[in-house]
Amino acid sequence: MDNALGEPQTILLLGGTSDIGLAIVREVLSPGARTVVLACRNVEKGELAAAGLRHGGLAVHVVHFNGSDTASHEQVIADVVAQHGDIDLAILAFAQLGDGAVTSKDVQAASEIAHVNFTGTVSATIAVANRMRGQGHGAIVMLSSVAGERVRAANPVYGGTKAGIDGFAQGLGDALAADGVHMMVVRPGFVHSAMTQGLKAAPFSTTPEQVAAVTAKGLRAGRRTVWAPGILRYVFSALRHVPGPVWRRLPLG
Amino acid sequence: MAILTGVSMQNRRPLTGWGRTNATVAEVIEVPNHEVAAAVKEAGPRGALVRGLGRSYGDAAQNAGGLVLRLLGSAHQAVLDPSLATVTVPAGVNLDELLRVLVPRGFFVPVTPGTRFVTIGGAIASDIHGKNHHVEGSFGNHVRALTLLLADGSTVVIGPQQQPELFWATIGGMGLTGVILDATVGLLPIETSRMSVDTTRIPDLDALFSAMSDGDDDFRYSVAWIDPQAKGRHLGRSVLGRGDHARLDQLGPKELLSPLAYGPKQLASVPPLVPPMGVINHATVAAFNEVWYRKAPLHREGELKGIAGFFHPLDMVSRWNRVYGSSGMVQYQFVVPFGEEEAMRTVIERLSVSGAASFLAVLKRFGAGNDSPLSFPAPGWTLALDVPGSARGLADLLHGLDRLVLDAGGRHYFAKDGRTTAAAIRQGYPRLEEWKAVRDSVDPEHVWQSDLSRRLGLTD
Repeated sequence: MDNALGEPQTILLLGGTSDIGLAIVREVLSPGARTVVLACRNVEKGELAAAGLRHGGLAVHVVHFNGSDTASHEQVIADVVAQHGDIDLAILAFAQLGDGAVTSKDVQAASEIAHVNFTGTVSATIAVANRMRGQGHGAIVMLSSVAGERVRAANPVYGGTKAGIDGFAQGLGDALAADGVHMMVVRPGFVHSAMTQGLKAAPFSTTPEQVAAVTAKGLRAGRRTVWAPGILRYVFSALRHVPGPVWRRLPLG
Repeated sequence: MAILTGVSMQNRRPLTGWGRTNATVAEVIEVPNHEVAAAVKEAGPRGALVRGLGRSYGDAAQNAGGLVLRLLGSAHQAVLDPSLATVTVPAGVNLDELLRVLVPRGFFVPVTPGTRFVTIGGAIASDIHGKNHHVEGSFGNHVRALTLLLADGSTVVIGPQQQPELFWATIGGMGLTGVILDATVGLLPIETSRMSVDTTRIPDLDALFSAMSDGDDDFRYSVAWIDPQAKGRHLGRSVLGRGDHARLDQLGPKELLSPLAYGPKQLASVPPLVPPMGVINHATVAAFNEVWYRKAPLHREGELKGIAGFFHPLDMVSRWNRVYGSSGMVQYQFVVPFGEEEAMRTVIERLSVSGAASFLAVLKRFGAGNDSPLSFPAPGWTLALDVPGSARGLADLLHGLDRLVLDAGGRHYFAKDGRTTAAAIRQGYPRLEEWKAVRDSVDPEHVWQSDLSRRLGLTD
């Protein structure tokens, strides 16, 4: 159970090796936290991350999870609940960036990214949401991106999937509210992480730790959408309305 | 009327405790006592729980995703036995209703907390205490018998001599041994409905400890209200209020016309539209505490007060919990044994410098505990205070206080708690496993569950 200060006891990170996801887990950990489950494709890498989280009375488990294998999602979630009880907080943090120059031309590469980022996220989220409906409580953090707010020419497949799950999460969040389940969409800008290593940083770039701080604060305040850094909310409320010919020429990285 | 056919989705609604934090959704139905067994059969894997008036501050009366029952009952069903000074009353009846029936007949409830809006069932399940704990113990000490509906649908009548293990596991058992349907409770005969009260301003904490240690036993009721923002040499400055029920010979001619008159009213309500950040902040609270301390007399004896004015001052403002705004409030109450006065001092010091705005804190000297494994009161000092849920650094502050309290051999009160940990409860309640064994013997499937029991590992 969450406590009166909104501190979760059982945390599930889907995308268990995600830099941002792990930073969020560290940020929301409190003395009352009992269990963290890292669900990831690469279990060895997950174990390394788990070793970095373990302390005191906190149990950290790693389970195998493949975002693109949607047929397995319900079972993975069911197993987590069977072993650890209620999921207080689930963080949806698995996605692949892909090389925009390739995915915008290669049919196979594009559909693989679209499948894991969108279909996989939708499938895993529904599996989590069904459990939380039954629990009568819980919070879901959906890692969206400013890349989905107005999709850029540089990586339309990735941006398109983020636009899709952002809208999906908002709608599902409204549907879940009456069941005591809170959905929060997180829209980071360019984040310095393993996923973006070697890429040129965009303006207003941030770090996993900063995204995590914004996320934890938003959860405590019951927010439905947060941006990281916060200024991007205002930047994008302007960029959203920039005419196409201008938008295409903007140096957005 | 109960709507047993409607145990589907349409009664799902969010519930919180009195602190208004951390809502969870449950199926909520109202049932008369004779339909409870049938209603509990409908409970799914998330189990069932009875909720009284929701005055516990945290998550004790919530059962996320499960069934929550509210018991219907009326004080007119109460059976008073004047010769034995007992009343047998349905568990869903609250102290407000009951006092309106009892006081004009010359009887008082054996224990009342700071609000009369608690049910008999809740009073037993939380084993509540009041200003008379140092002489008369907690509510459970006065329960002669109770009817308990068990998880298998059967009912048993238990008491201190009938199945004492199950009885004491139910006293303070947070509703997790079964449904308390009714109870027979010992009463206190009173001559009048007035209180005779002595009030003393106390300049600091040392003076308070010694005033209470030396003088409390001469009074049936005693409690001190501390200014939690006073620092340095004023640390622990407080107003000590002690008294007893007034005798007839203490009343004036006007009061003698109706010595047992009783009819408390609510004077005001906090509107639903309080600003989201609430109206409690450092400035308003500091001003309030200063005025409150200054207006108290240095020393006054034998002042006549009404029952509500002495026991239930906050009940005059209904829904006062709304003043804390949308992030709600956390109440912190603990006890430390006698001899650990320094731990109490350190707690009050940390609170005073933390800037976490708090209204008056209440300090009380507990007497002996009872046989219940989960009952909160134990010989020592208890402190209770409210803190806004939005206060900065609150989680770390309270976690640090938890350590101090536990290291001093103290513990926390389930009915007030919303945030401590399973480990803190295991340490503070060394008889927890004993309680679990009794509970498992009557509820092997764990039908009775609550958010609190899940959070603190009581139903693991």
